[in-house]
Amino acid sequence: MINQSFSRREFVRLLTGGTAAVLISFNTACKNKISRWRYLQEEEIGLLDAIVEQIIPTDDFPGGKWANVSNYIDKQLDTYYINHQVEYRDGLAAFEKTVIQLKSKKFEELPFPEQTAILEKMEGGDFPGEYWKAHSPAGFFDMIRQHSMQGFYGSPVHGGNREYISYHMLGLDYPNVIGQNRYNDLSWRKYNPNSIENGK
Amino acid sequence: MANKHVNAVVIGAGAGGGVVAKELATAGLSVLLIERGRWHTFDEHGDDELTSQRTFPLKCGYGPDNEHNWRMASDGKGGWIKVFPNDWAYGNNAACVGSGTVSYGAMAWRFQPADFHLKTKYGAVPGSTLDDWPLTYDELEPFYEKAEYELGVSGDPTNDPFVPPRKNPYPMPAFSFNSEGIILEKAAKRLGLHPFPIPMLRNSVPYNGRPACIRMRTCVGFACPVNAKAGTQNTVIPVALKTGNCELRINCMVSEIIVDDKGKARGIKYFDADNKLQEQTSDLVVVSASASETARLLLNSKSSLFPKGAGNNNGWVGRNIQDHAYTGAYGLFADKLYDDVGPGACIAVNDFNHRMPDIIGGGVLCNEFIRMPYQFSSIRPSGSRMWGKDHKDFQKLNFKRHIAVHGPVQEMPVFDKMVEVDPVVKDFWGIPVVRISGFRHDNDIKVGRLLADKAEEWLKEAGAVQTWKSVPGKGSTPSQHQSGTCRMGNDPKTSVTNRYGQLHEIDNIFVADGSLHVNNGGYNPALTILALGYWVGGHIAEMWKGTHMK
Ligand SMILES: Cc1cc2nc3c(=O)[nH]c(=O)nc-3n(C[C@H](O)[C@H](O)[C@H](O)COP(=O)(O)OP(=O)(O)OC[C@H]3O[C@@H](n4cnc5c(N)ncnc54)[C@H](O)[C@@H]3O)c2cc1C
Ligand code: SF4
Repeated sequence: MINQSFSRREFVRLLTGGTAAVLISFNTACKNKISRWRYLQEEEIGLLDAIVEQIIPTDDFPGGKWANVSNYIDKQLDTYYINHQVEYRDGLAAFEKTVIQLKSKKFEELPFPEQTAILEKMEGGDFPGEYWKAHSPAGFFDMIRQHSMQGFYGSPVHGGNREYISYHMLGLDYPNVIGQNRYNDLSWRKYNPNSIENGK
Repeated sequence: MANKHVNAVVIGAGAGGGVVAKELATAGLSVLLIERGRWHTFDEHGDDELTSQRTFPLKCGYGPDNEHNWRMASDGKGGWIKVFPNDWAYGNNAACVGSGTVSYGAMAWRFQPADFHLKTKYGAVPGSTLDDWPLTYDELEPFYEKAEYELGVSGDPTNDPFVPPRKNPYPMPAFSFNSEGIILEKAAKRLGLHPFPIPMLRNSVPYNGRPACIRMRTCVGFACPVNAKAGTQNTVIPVALKTGNCELRINCMVSEIIVDDKGKARGIKYFDADNKLQEQTSDLVVVSASASETARLLLNSKSSLFPKGAGNNNGWVGRNIQDHAYTGAYGLFADKLYDDVGPGACIAVNDFNHRMPDIIGGGVLCNEFIRMPYQFSSIRPSGSRMWGKDHKDFQKLNFKRHIAVHGPVQEMPVFDKMVEVDPVVKDFWGIPVVRISGFRHDNDIKVGRLLADKAEEWLKEAGAVQTWKSVPGKGSTPSQHQSGTCRMGNDPKTSVTNRYGQLHEIDNIFVADGSLHVNNGGYNPALTILALGYWVGGHIAEMWKGTHMK
């Protein structure tokens, strides 16, 4: 049970357990710098934030980073996407190494347009593959892209789409007032086969 | 303790099974309706797009789960890959009380009369097992009507010259068009087409103790929060339970139909909610587990007289699986047209169903259900950049400025497009799993392209400033519209059941679900499956009166 990589959920469970064994594990955990995330580590989140901000950039509306897309991904890696854990761990590490090799800098530290150019190459398959293990750079990018869309547009219950920001952006009311207050106006509900402008 | 013997076990509480259970229970038979899923409500799921039954990156909210269920799918290179319910290659419909009818879009189509005699109409089609049904549209018509009245359908065929003939009007008036429907109606008329409101298994006015629809953004893929959408779970199944003759046993996975050495079904084996193997005896068994799972059950029910599975001595169980080759087009418009009046799909034309010269089959064209934000993030003209500024600009500009027109192309049945059970891989309970393989017929692709052209033309006429098509390919896993794996027919050599859904080879096993379809029409299939439920159920009740199936 005492294991460096136990998840935040287990950590919390242990903390609230209140036995001697728990205290020992707590100490071990502190020494090993426990992440405030569930699966990903602080540095991985830093890199992921920069990537998701590229995928959904800030303009007159916030982007992927503000919307907690990385939190969405981290949450899924602890639940529905457990089978993607290794892909993220290995992929982020390989990505980081490759960028440092190419640019002598971390991805997060590069100017925004340079980051964009790197991801474009990666998406197009024009990217050094030497650090990659089982997965291709292009496949890795597409996975993060899809997960980012889920995190930005999906329900906030899954950890992303902070304050329903994407719904605001699209001009969709939220909460979706059930029935949209049309209970009393029945006229729109009728279809008239003889008029070309039915309803309304 | 042994389970009490019943007259009939009905496997699967979905579209077909729900109706049959009601027909048998009201006829006085003791019925066990057994379902691997459970009850679901809107409150449990809300309007969460990521776990809906339409887009399901995280899970299929309305079942089945990924922890107990998987299948094998062809990898296209001669090998097999393991797939889960929320992979498209799995081919899921649903698994719960009501099954697909809880979360469906509720389009309520009758097939065209011609769909019941396609071979007579078009002749033999090379590479296809196309055939006539052993029953005619006219024979099924009263059962369509029964489904429409007992579950509740809103519609108005006045403006559809191609409407399948009906003796009586729909029980409820049609829904009005939303703003995209209005634009499309005008354009269709200018093109000489015949637009009309899509018939829906949704209440346009209060009906059968359930309220009228409040026209939400989320409908297809979700349960209905006010019960305005009719599924078997809020119509026929409660009626069946109320008779006192029907027990609904949920969270129970049926593994096998027990067939004795004389070739008679004696009941079923199933894993109960605690995963314990149980037996249930019965006088007859009705399999309504959906086209893929019904075939799986029959194939997994081996006995001395049926070593290849129940009723499968001719090798036709699981063959000819069909779906629909969805096709269509998207259009972008200069002005905002989105009005948030759900569920979106409201207008259709029947002009391209059996009415294109020299073309076999066809399909209805409809405007689509509302595309939710995550789903919309993948709707782009080909070659678009799917991220970054391009992505965000497109979402902001076009979410409220686009229309989708799509339709289900009638598929030509192909013998080698099929469901088998995997020889090695087993599910959580140790039951051999489904594996699906095969390719669509070339005709499906040809018709798909043609219909996409028609959809695009319609959008252009409506004023779209940019359009693009989405056309079907050869590969597909039949999912929400799966059908055809236990086709009915008069010839026992080339079909699995007779015209009443009774296995040719085992007279106390019946099938009542999409499996029976000889052909899946150019329409969404649920109303036809419901009508067949009444047809088969009514026939069993008649037979029961005389012989008690002894
Ligand atoms: C999102 C969505 C939208 C749709 N929209 C439409 C639409 O607009 N119009 C339309 O006509 N159709 C629509 N459909 C399709 C429609 O729901 C299906 O055609 C219909 O439900 C199929 O009926 P069936 O009786 O063949 O199988 P189902 O309804 O799937 O019923 C099979 C049942 O059997 C159970 N079962 C399977 N195996 C076992 C076992 N071994 N033991 C116990 N139980 C078992 C399953 O859990 C399930 O509940 C839609 C479906 C979905 C998911
Ligand atoms: S749109 Fe109507 S039928 Fe559909 S879920 Fe909402 S209230 Fe129910």
